[in-house]
Amino acid sequence: MDTLTLHRIHFAFTITYHYLFPQLTMGLALLIVVLKTLALRTADRKTAEHYDTGARFWGKIFGINFLLGVVTGIPMEFQFGTNWAEFSRRAGGVIGTPLAMEGVFSFFLESAFLGLFLFGERRLSRRAHWASAFLVFVGAWLSGFFIIVTNAFMQHPVGYKLLSNGTLEIASFRELLLNPWAWLEYSHNMCAAVVTASFFMAALGSLYLLQGRDVPHGRTFLRVGVIAGAIACVAQVFPTGDLHGKYLAQHQAVAIAAMEGLFRTEKGAGMILIGQPNYESGTIDNPLVVNKFLSFLIYGTTGAEVEGLDHFPREQWPSALPLLFYSYHIMVGLGTWFGALMAFAAFLLWRGKLYSSRWILWPILLSWPLPYIATTAGWMTAEIGRQPWLVYGLIRTSQGASSHVSASNTLFTLIGFLGLYSVLSLLWIVLVYNHVQAGPSVAVRDRQLIPVTV
Amino acid sequence: MGTLWFWIVALMLTVYAVLDGFDLGVGIVYLWVARSEAERRQAMRSIGPVWDGNEVWLLAAGGTLFFAFPLLYASAFSGFYLPLMMVLWLIILRGVSIELRSHSSDAVWRAFFDGLFCFASVLLAIFFGAALANVVRGVPIGPDGYFFLPLWTNFKTGSNPGILDWYTVLGGLISLTALSLHGAIYLALKTQGNLAARAQQVARWAWMAAALLTAAGVPATIVARPESLKNYTAHPIAFVIPLIGAACIGAIRVTMSRQSGLTCFLCSCGYLASVLIGAATGLFPALLPAVGGQGHDLTIERTISGAYGLHVGLIWWGLGIFLALLYTVIVYGSFRGKVAIEDSEYEHEH
Repeated sequence: MDTLTLHRIHFAFTITYHYLFPQLTMGLALLIVVLKTLALRTADRKTAEHYDTGARFWGKIFGINFLLGVVTGIPMEFQFGTNWAEFSRRAGGVIGTPLAMEGVFSFFLESAFLGLFLFGERRLSRRAHWASAFLVFVGAWLSGFFIIVTNAFMQHPVGYKLLSNGTLEIASFRELLLNPWAWLEYSHNMCAAVVTASFFMAALGSLYLLQGRDVPHGRTFLRVGVIAGAIACVAQVFPTGDLHGKYLAQHQAVAIAAMEGLFRTEKGAGMILIGQPNYESGTIDNPLVVNKFLSFLIYGTTGAEVEGLDHFPREQWPSALPLLFYSYHIMVGLGTWFGALMAFAAFLLWRGKLYSSRWILWPILLSWPLPYIATTAGWMTAEIGRQPWLVYGLIRTSQGASSHVSASNTLFTLIGFLGLYSVLSLLWIVLVYNHVQAGPSVAVRDRQLIPVTV
Repeated sequence: MGTLWFWIVALMLTVYAVLDGFDLGVGIVYLWVARSEAERRQAMRSIGPVWDGNEVWLLAAGGTLFFAFPLLYASAFSGFYLPLMMVLWLIILRGVSIELRSHSSDAVWRAFFDGLFCFASVLLAIFFGAALANVVRGVPIGPDGYFFLPLWTNFKTGSNPGILDWYTVLGGLISLTALSLHGAIYLALKTQGNLAARAQQVARWAWMAAALLTAAGVPATIVARPESLKNYTAHPIAFVIPLIGAACIGAIRVTMSRQSGLTCFLCSCGYLASVLIGAATGLFPALLPAVGGQGHDLTIERTISGAYGLHVGLIWWGLGIFLALLYTVIVYGSFRGKVAIEDSEYEHEH
């Protein structure tokens, strides 16, 4: 494998693995605030303790995932320099700003108040403990924002100037932070994080109900998960996904054509639900198509013309077309399933039948890994769709890697990360499994023992 | 403007060294000073709520370095590729060991993470010391601003150095002993009972080693990179920094035997800070000097980011660091006081 490919796999692997954790913790931070708020708002001591116990239980799962998110996140910041030195040199004058801001504004906030949230329940008043949970949530969501601002600049550069030596420099701080792409991407991404966390919570609630243990907690988890999940699933598609897609069509039309598998420019283009793009013949094998739907989605009218891949020179096509097509379709397909499942579960909750309907508890339980897949596929869509550019229209991916780091050194560290992250995965499975088996009722007892260490 | 950001980054790294230094140091001496399970928990509790926040200073300093000096970030991080990746792995292992040991009461599980915690802390201390020594000694930077260093060559300084040579190994050992001292003093200050007593003992030994090695480090630096003296001879007032460092080393020993823990810890902070600030003074205005060929130094001027971004940066950085200091005060305030062997505070509140 050549050096560039290895650098790309290196980053793709470490970022994909890393993001398995923040997507849960960002969503979970919100749901923990919900539980803490429910506890704070009730006058009944017993009910308050019920919610506080739930929050404490999820706090531990949060802690495990936060830890793994932190330790796998540190390599991400370093890799800009280690593996993508030319990119850092040329774009650092712009993306250094949001990355440094993430450090000073969110890492300190998160690390300080997570300590208080996990260790300090007995030392703090109920309000102060709620506030520490809230500040962890703010820190986590700010962190996501600064990263998305960085990514949005790569997708849709604004607020910069290009110097004669080829480096980029920030020209407008306001434009950089108010990049419309960033806000669309951020809202779409944060909805996805809430989807991941609420599926996780609802699935665990379903498990407890199916097992007939910890039933009161199981019901709370299921209820909070289903309500948050239903809202997030809807917002995921409309307005965030819809607006993001339309903006994408304006600024990365070639990416849309590749995602949809639209080889030829068409009036009244159809949307392909399933199929295998065939690049030799420029057609889709085994297609299942909704006529004219793509034109409608992008332009609001069924007759509009959508530019196909044939409209663009080949060197502008994203380099991994089939993978892009599949990533996008997996994201959309799973998103549809999430919406349907959560809407139905919310309906049953409203009718008061959810807790006893085992046939719906099963799919909720089994669906917990799917948001991880959908989110990963979504990010693959965004990042592969951006190719062959590293910073869209300005720096090509082939120009960004560290030229002085050889292929074999990169492979060496890639293998190191593969090994280390395999171990982390095993630890995650063991710890989360043990914690789920122990259940929230242990969190009550734990209250006496808690903060030995986190 | 560039000078200001140079010192901002130097200061952030100094804060990192002082803060994460003590929890790294706790890790180094951990297996020796904390023998029983209760003592190990006590030692872990003394850093539990703060170690992660301490480590954030490294990330924030890295981010600020990237923001202010993109070319330096690109060059240094890719040039030190292998050791940096190993540092990352060690940081991962260390973080995992601190947080996960308490997740099972199984003795083997805990022993494993205890060992891992110590192993990663020792190696990180050595790596950080060697890293600083590499920066002080300089690296073979090409005209394009890049370089790539092998882990070792012939263990000599000169035009073809490796990450490890006699000078950087010395740097690693100074760091190892200085951080052991720092961590032991912290434990003596922050804990009670046998643990604190053993930490006191270890601190005496660590002091001797750190003082000797530091004394050797000063002439070694002048041999490894004679230009380090340039700023000092041009501005003799700068000699105050190593003098303060020496005074701190002396004061550590005095206060250690007088049992004044906090003063002793502050002197240890002063000692570490003087090493870092002293090194930065020797480097200025280079962030990473070149060996061999002249004129390839990565200086402030050569690597600095655009003026507009740096101006705006002063505003958000100032605000961000003000908030960060505020959180630090809140957290250290909430967990102030000594960590007892059996945590009885939960009983008190009934």
